[in-house]
Amino acid sequence: MSESNEFNRFQGTESYIASESLMSAVNCAIALERPLLIKGEPGTGKTLLARHISEALGMPMESWYIKSTSKGEEGLYVYDTLQRLNDARFGEGNVGDIRSYIKYGPLGRVFAAKERQVLLIDEIDKADVEFPNDLLREIDEMRFTVMETGDEIVAAHRPVVIITSNNEKELPDAFLRRCIFHFIDFPDRELMNQIVAVHHPNLDATLLDQVLVKFYWLRGQNELRKKPSTSELIDWIAALLASGITSAQIEAHIPFVGSLLKNEQDTEALGEYASGGGTMPSQWSDLGPKYNQ
Amino acid sequence: MFLEFFYTLREAGVPVAIQEWMMLMRALAMGQHSSSLLSFYNLSRACLVKSETYFDAFDRAFAQVFHGVEGQLTISDELQKWLEDPKNFKELTDEERAALEMLTSDELMRRYLEILEEQTERHDGGDKWVGTGGRSPFGHSGEHPTGIRVGGFSKNRSAMKVAEDRRYKNYRTDLTMDLRQTKVALKRLRQLTRTGPQSELDLDETIDKTCKNAGEIDFVFRAERRNNVRLILLMDVGGTMEPFFRPVSRLLTALHEERGLREFHPFYFHNCVYETVYEDALLFQDSAIPTADLLRRYDERWKLVIVGDAAMHPHELVGARGNINPRLETETAGIEWLYKLQDHFHRTAWVNPEPPDRWTRTQSANAIRKIFPMFHLSVDGIESAVSALIGSRPIAAAS
Repeated sequence: MSESNEFNRFQGTESYIASESLMSAVNCAIALERPLLIKGEPGTGKTLLARHISEALGMPMESWYIKSTSKGEEGLYVYDTLQRLNDARFGEGNVGDIRSYIKYGPLGRVFAAKERQVLLIDEIDKADVEFPNDLLREIDEMRFTVMETGDEIVAAHRPVVIITSNNEKELPDAFLRRCIFHFIDFPDRELMNQIVAVHHPNLDATLLDQVLVKFYWLRGQNELRKKPSTSELIDWIAALLASGITSAQIEAHIPFVGSLLKNEQDTEALGEYASGGGTMPSQWSDLGPKYNQ
Repeated sequence: MFLEFFYTLREAGVPVAIQEWMMLMRALAMGQHSSSLLSFYNLSRACLVKSETYFDAFDRAFAQVFHGVEGQLTISDELQKWLEDPKNFKELTDEERAALEMLTSDELMRRYLEILEEQTERHDGGDKWVGTGGRSPFGHSGEHPTGIRVGGFSKNRSAMKVAEDRRYKNYRTDLTMDLRQTKVALKRLRQLTRTGPQSELDLDETIDKTCKNAGEIDFVFRAERRNNVRLILLMDVGGTMEPFFRPVSRLLTALHEERGLREFHPFYFHNCVYETVYEDALLFQDSAIPTADLLRRYDERWKLVIVGDAAMHPHELVGARGNINPRLETETAGIEWLYKLQDHFHRTAWVNPEPPDRWTRTQSANAIRKIFPMFHLSVDGIESAVSALIGSRPIAAAS
């Protein structure tokens, strides 16, 4: 129908609760055919977003998980010289045809696809600082040339590109200028309730309250090296449910602390705190004004 | 059409360029702002701001332009139109629609202005800039339609930022004068090591081996050469450091642009390092990090560079309760923290903007010189500091 209808397409999915600003950013990126850069604390669902966009819009998805050794060209294609050399030596394969040794990477496959696809470029900051710059032209024009053969791959449908970053390195300005940007805030109490409800729909309300009080209290402790995030909360609740623990039992201590704290020092610090007579809050009112608006 | 917004953003320090602006214009032309002002806020932020560190500046600029802080609401017609636009409700959930329909657009507008009024007052009064969130008529996830409050993101910071003149806001702007020299000096700050997976084909070795193998191809791989230098910068700000603003800011710019470093984190302190260092050059409390945490978080392989004039009253260095800020004073003397830093990190350097002949005349600089190797903040000094950081462990000046 109207353009705006086509535009506002992503509304979250049944198992992925998106804030309004996130939806707005996603839809803007889809409509403008620009890459969407997602930042935020680990465990806030950056990587999951791409999967759910692909699910919600019914587009197939390609993932490109970036490692510290990743190179821009690998995303487009790799010319497998080693294979060709080997084949030449042993008289195997179709050595005469260079094209059978050009292997397309995720970006190349998405460009060449016949339908619009979702491409996830995960943790782009893991790679070398120059990595994003190497992809500028390709992401801008959505086309590239295979040097060895002179073939040009042009995207018939500009893919929906979702890029995640953990902020380990600063990304170059020229790259940023081409992206839509969204920072996933850590969910507040209300949104967290919704998120938990999606994963554990039959959770007892008092237990949930107790769990969240403990969770936000833990997150508020500055000494922690790694603060627990949403995904850890979901796991923790699953562990609590599986063991049949009641809300009264977690009032005074935190069972299965290993699913929340992933660091030895943190677990120790909490143990010291508890054995030193430190108390944990059991009500929202103990947490301060931030959670009691 | 909203060019004023564009320039206000730039004034507020958000690095917006034409490219992003055109992106927003395209989105607007496609009808993106249709559902509400909140939607416009989200949309413009997604298009124009590329780092969460600018969200705060963006919020201020947004408030200034669209709230008529100076008593004028130049685009109120525009807002009114969006608010009245029946298209809005199409995309909303049932609850949202119900909530919105309870209010007439006039009432909505009035409430909206009221809230703005309220926030301006509170902000002027030195209280928190934000805080009425969660009760707005748009009522989504506690986000406020005016876009001032977003998920509780760095609330205190905005208030203080507005309240205080930003002394070091130019720290990272580009100074082309002499910047290149500094950069060249820093180029040597690298330790190329072959670490990580063996992913690079060693052509020479392969040919060698293949020949020895009588033509049987034998591939040899090796790890790539990478710069392995991770750097922590601790910088003294304010007070006696003010006159050295230009050279210090040049060093900081050069370090920020030095793409070769594996990792680089700057921290700030005032006068001497005590219990706390700060991530923000303005030493805001919410950017405070306990120095002990710093030592835990970064292991001894990190290289530590401290920039400071090392000029303070002896008591501030060696005395208990020496912190110049009485609210922050504690029993541990500053010098003990300096010893801890020096003990923890294998390679350290103290870069002093004061000329070397002054060091001997300052008691505190003399004391610090015995803990850290000290270098002058000049191209030469940086070069020596770099070789001290890269070479064998240097010995602090004897006396």
